Amino acid sequence: MNYKHLFFIVFAFLTLGCKQEKLSLTKIEGKQINISDSLAIHPDIEAFIKPYREHVNKDLDSVISYAVDTYSKKDGEYNTAIGNLFADAVIQESNIVFNQRTGKNIDMVLLNHGGIRAIISKGNISTRTAYEIMPFENSLVVVEMKGKTIQDSLVNYLSKAKRAHPISGLKIKMDNNFNITETSINNKPIEANKSYYVVTNDYLYNGGDRMTFFKTNDSLYVLNYKVRNALVDYFKKTDTINPVIDDRFIQTK
Amino acid sequence: MKRRDFIQQTSATAALITLGGLGLQSFTSGSKTTKITILHTNDVHSHIDAFGPEDGRNPNQGGVARRASLVQNIRNENPNTLLLDAGDIFQGTPYFNYYGGELEFKLMSMLKYDAATIGNHDFDNGVDGLLAQLPHAKFDFLSANYDFSNTVLDTFVKPYKTFNKDGIKIGVFGLGIELNGLVDKSMYKETVYLDPVETAQEMTRVLKEDEKCDLVICLSHLGYHYKNAPSKISDLSLAKATKNIDLIIGGHTHTFLPKPTVTKNSEGKNVLVNQVGCYGINLGKIDFYFDADKNKAAEGTSILV
Repeated sequence: MNYKHLFFIVFAFLTLGCKQEKLSLTKIEGKQINISDSLAIHPDIEAFIKPYREHVNKDLDSVISYAVDTYSKKDGEYNTAIGNLFADAVIQESNIVFNQRTGKNIDMVLLNHGGIRAIISKGNISTRTAYEIMPFENSLVVVEMKGKTIQDSLVNYLSKAKRAHPISGLKIKMDNNFNITETSINNKPIEANKSYYVVTNDYLYNGGDRMTFFKTNDSLYVLNYKVRNALVDYFKKTDTINPVIDDRFIQTK
Repeated sequence: MKRRDFIQQTSATAALITLGGLGLQSFTSGSKTTKITILHTNDVHSHIDAFGPEDGRNPNQGGVARRASLVQNIRNENPNTLLLDAGDIFQGTPYFNYYGGELEFKLMSMLKYDAATIGNHDFDNGVDGLLAQLPHAKFDFLSANYDFSNTVLDTFVKPYKTFNKDGIKIGVFGLGIELNGLVDKSMYKETVYLDPVETAQEMTRVLKEDEKCDLVICLSHLGYHYKNAPSKISDLSLAKATKNIDLIIGGHTHTFLPKPTVTKNSEGKNVLVNQVGCYGINLGKIDFYFDADKNKAAEGTSILV
């Protein structure tokens, strides 16, 4: 060890001798500065952002539909007006894309209750409303599922979840003990061996909200169509929205 | 002859590190101090405007136009300043949905960002979406552990970059998080994720030994620390497993730290790890003072956080 040090000293002595200055790191100071409103707004940067901001706001705030009432996902037990609107909008708009690509039609949709992130307030609906309901970037996917799988896993999941997960195309009746008494797709009994096309979002397809039944199926159609854009497209086509709680998922007392 | 001088100089530097201040400074003269300022952001997520006064969590905070004033003041005070970003520039406000990141990159260029690394959300429009916006960025993207060879981003992203500020050489390299399971494969395509620790070991060797940097900075999007998965690679575990990194600037976990963390590397030496939350609410500022004063140098490095 001593020898090693001596070696280094001698070596350093010889080589540093002709060096003018050796800078050493002597002190480090670290902190964070809050970007608060006490800081001046940089006029050039502000001026640069302005036209972008105005364009975005103008587009976001342009009225694309009208809501006759205020709708919240808390209003309703196993189906809600806003959830039904959400599901109906997604199945209608995604089917246009799916049908164009495959010639087939979507049979049902399942989304998640937690995915409705805001209420729809009575009055004008803008693109911003769609951003509030669906701030995430999730996209729609279509899964081909056998009737038996839908009955055994998807429907079973919904009866156990006891939440108003948005559905459309599918109908479920439960008794007092949450046993399934009646199910249908497009108002017909579910056929065990028939293939159905189920639209959902990529988050749920990948097992979100413990919906583990999607990924086990073979055929997946990635629509590259954002959930939010389906909502925007639906609102643009629909002059007035007036969704209601119906009988698509109910418990008979 | 030149080559020989280089090798000798390296050995001398190594000796200085080994011995601390022991008697070597008798040949130095003067007492010049050089201050290097590192400014950094992470996870700004397209938050170009400040939060409004009604915001429930961060009222009146953030905003690029305010950050710009602050950065300009700091640069006026000390021209030896670098401005860095640790990724997730994209996604979070409609600005991204409308312009795909164009405005974010243009503004960062106006603020004279020097480099950024790539976060998982920067893949939200795919490798093609990121490539499409790169012409708007007048700063470099650094990532040493994403191999983009078989993607359109090949040659557009560098593993590291060095900067010279008043005679001090600063090496900055980037590290990204594992994409599998976090980002859809159709977005990152054939991007290959390489082990961050091995990559960092190679990078620090290159930056210290080959490039002879005085300061080595890791721009990381690995995340600060995973309490529920301590074996998952994070900035704190990276610091512990490597050497020759002076500062790790982190992101991904949106961690608000009361102050920068001082931790030990594999050689028991100090490493600074910092992250400043998210959404452009804070700016990190780390000042490194280099001194020729023999007495000061003999005392080693003091860290004030």
